[in-house]
Amino acid sequence: MAELLQFVFSGLTVGAIYALVALGFTLIYKASDIINFAQGEFVMLGGMTTVFVTLAGVSLPLAALIAIIVTTAIGLALHRFAIEPARGASPVALIMITIGASIFLRGVAQIIFDRRFHSLPSLFGGDPIKFGGAAILPQSLVVLASAMVIVTLLWLFIDRTLLGKAVIATAANRLAARLIGVDTRRIVDFSFAVSAAIGAIAGVLITPIALTSYDVGTLLALKGFAAAMLGGIGSALGAVIGGLLIGLFEALAAGYLSSNYKDAVAFLIILVVLVSIPQGLFGRTKIERV
Amino acid sequence: MIILQTDQLSIAFGGVRAIDGVNLAIESGQVYSIIGPNGSGKTTLFNLVSGIYSPDDGSIRLAGEDVTGLAPDQLARRGLSRTFQNLQIFSRMSVLENVMVGRHRHERTGIFADLFHWPSVACQNQATVKAARAALARVDLADSAGLPAGSLAYGALKRLEIARALASEPTLLLLDEPAAGCNPVETEEIDTVIRSIVKDGITVVLVEHDMRLVMNISSRIHVLASGRTLTEGTPEQVRSNVAVVQAYLGIHGSQESNRAFH
Amino acid sequence: MRTLLETRLLPAIVVAVIVVMLPYFFPSAYYYRVGALVFIFTLAVVGLNLLMGFAGQVSLGHAGFLGIGAYSVVIGPVYFGLPSWLCVFVGATVSGAVAFLVGRPILRLKGHYLAVATLGFGLLVAIVLTNEASWTGGPDGMSVPKLALFNWQVRGSDAWYWIAGTTLVGGFVLALNLMESPTGRALQAIHDSEIAALVLGIDVARKKLTVFVISAMYASVAGSYLALFNGHVTPDVAGFLRSIELVAMVVLGGMGSIVGSLVGAAVLVVLPQVLTIFHEYEQALLGFILMVFMIFLRRGIVPSVAATFAGRRK
Repeated sequence: MAELLQFVFSGLTVGAIYALVALGFTLIYKASDIINFAQGEFVMLGGMTTVFVTLAGVSLPLAALIAIIVTTAIGLALHRFAIEPARGASPVALIMITIGASIFLRGVAQIIFDRRFHSLPSLFGGDPIKFGGAAILPQSLVVLASAMVIVTLLWLFIDRTLLGKAVIATAANRLAARLIGVDTRRIVDFSFAVSAAIGAIAGVLITPIALTSYDVGTLLALKGFAAAMLGGIGSALGAVIGGLLIGLFEALAAGYLSSNYKDAVAFLIILVVLVSIPQGLFGRTKIERV
Repeated sequence: MIILQTDQLSIAFGGVRAIDGVNLAIESGQVYSIIGPNGSGKTTLFNLVSGIYSPDDGSIRLAGEDVTGLAPDQLARRGLSRTFQNLQIFSRMSVLENVMVGRHRHERTGIFADLFHWPSVACQNQATVKAARAALARVDLADSAGLPAGSLAYGALKRLEIARALASEPTLLLLDEPAAGCNPVETEEIDTVIRSIVKDGITVVLVEHDMRLVMNISSRIHVLASGRTLTEGTPEQVRSNVAVVQAYLGIHGSQESNRAFH
Repeated sequence: MRTLLETRLLPAIVVAVIVVMLPYFFPSAYYYRVGALVFIFTLAVVGLNLLMGFAGQVSLGHAGFLGIGAYSVVIGPVYFGLPSWLCVFVGATVSGAVAFLVGRPILRLKGHYLAVATLGFGLLVAIVLTNEASWTGGPDGMSVPKLALFNWQVRGSDAWYWIAGTTLVGGFVLALNLMESPTGRALQAIHDSEIAALVLGIDVARKKLTVFVISAMYASVAGSYLALFNGHVTPDVAGFLRSIELVAMVVLGGMGSIVGSLVGAAVLVVLPQVLTIFHEYEQALLGFILMVFMIFLRRGIVPSVAATFAGRRK
């Protein structure tokens, strides 16, 4: 029982990160129909930038803030310089652009930073809290709490503010949104910026637990995407639940089946979901008009 | 003989009943037109009959065989072909190649023959080219054979789709608004093409808005409104039907159709 | 009839000429190695081009088949005592079978769903190859027994240059044959309008599966050659980066351009060789190239050049 609890907690912790990545995917997808594979790199950049800025002598909170700002700027640049010029390209072409961007960012990170693993100090110390026989890191609780806060804030924003409504409008019908005066380009800018910020925050939060290095982005992006697909791409609630579920399945599979195949869980889930319920748990099927 | 028959055909999208209990009984060898206001379900009906949608209720019989729920390629093998309201041209291929694809169901080479280019493939290619050129000639596009399909004018593209559908040697041809966006000269060309098709024994089912064309060419007309049958009959019967005039033709439309008769 | 043959197989003839003539320009034996690598990758790219450029089905996990082919020529000889040349065929058959099984459910998907499904597939293959260490030697891989043909141990880059070159010409011929056949026309039609293809009687699902299997077998043979040539194989051969490299080669050369496959492969194989000092920049450069081409030169090098010349002729 204690073991199960342990797996559940570690699964939910990493699942919260997948949920944040998935949320980033969903936000950009909703605003622009683009699958942004560089999403994982935002997480990597958040973590790595914080690490290297602290190594330069800056305090942790300030370093984290700098990292988030830098990553947000990169997210904006990605939209303005890589996505915008290719507007009108097929969805697959756009995916390949974001994959190219992801590899590019990885390659640059490899050069600017280094190829080693790095960590950050935890927010509340490293002593695990005992709970029902399981040992839970305080950082885990920070991650889970922060994820909940971010999701709530995002939901409130989308639901209660005019800008949030504009995002929904752009997602529903870009042309119609433009006709009623919504600057759709700014909206997509905004979605990239916010996704990048969320990714960066996730990166800062998880590094004390899971470490970071120049290439963590790819796997994170894929698992976050699996989470978004599982939840139903386009559904923010689905993204969060999908992320938590994938984290859970991964931890349970690693614990009870084989830790080697931990990474395979997410990809198996992608394949199963795509083949059986492509619209995911909370998504809606599209009807093709001929 | 009845070549196409539907019985209480129905389909709903979300809460909207796009087609509601439509019965068709189309005799072979004639031109049968389906008309109605926008949104009345004409293209949906075509999509149902050509297997693109699966009906929620009702049945479809093609030459007596129950074909309800069959996929479009299965229906194609049973002699059904169609054109599309919003053109589905193979824009990367040439005009001739587009029509060659139409010959697909008559082509008899397998994957190994194709990969190794057995002599049968060269023969098949030659036969296909010949038949494709013949189909192009029927719609007066023989001179454009080598051009990229994307470079043709709109009216020519409509005829290209017809040629492509003809190349598959159908017994039943569905034409979805073949005259849409065409000027009077092009519409006249479509009229001529359709008449020559019917002369070859192919049954043509037409969805059209151009009342002059419809009244001129149809043996029978089926009027749809809001997914249901309003009335069905000969052109004279339909154009003098009060309900049809109210729902669809309006005063101007009935003037147009009158002009078709003089 | 003779003229028809010439037009259809012209690219294959051009490649054959290149293969034969290139060595005259080699300053040293080292260039045989580069040439062999280019030809091997071109083979995989031709297959992928048939799938992506011609039939319009994206595959972001194609290196998975490269991996199956590569490991076939290790596992076969080492654990089953099979001759290496036979394992190339066995690998291709296994790849074809896997493509058949995986393709049936996956190819029903479209656009980004298909892209991600193929991505997942490629990653799963890489994970299996990494984990099943008892068969595959794990992350460090295994060394590959040399190819032996009729008691002659195939050794040296020049031998592989000719083997890869000849196989490539053969691969070109098959691909070019396919393109000018009923199946080829059906595939092109599917790319432009699946619904019109269906309505004309084309069994779309079956055709997609056919081209998927064929492209998998191309990649598998290329993977086998790569392993035999290098003498060593690691799970990276099936990895995500490798899959993206293959896609980049297709995009660079020109989607749907069989000749472009050679150009794309040549650029991306030669570039790291030229920039050996800047090995670190490899990933950044790959990502950059992919982005730039997909944004500005989506048609790829060969079609763009061809279009410029066609324009100039006017």
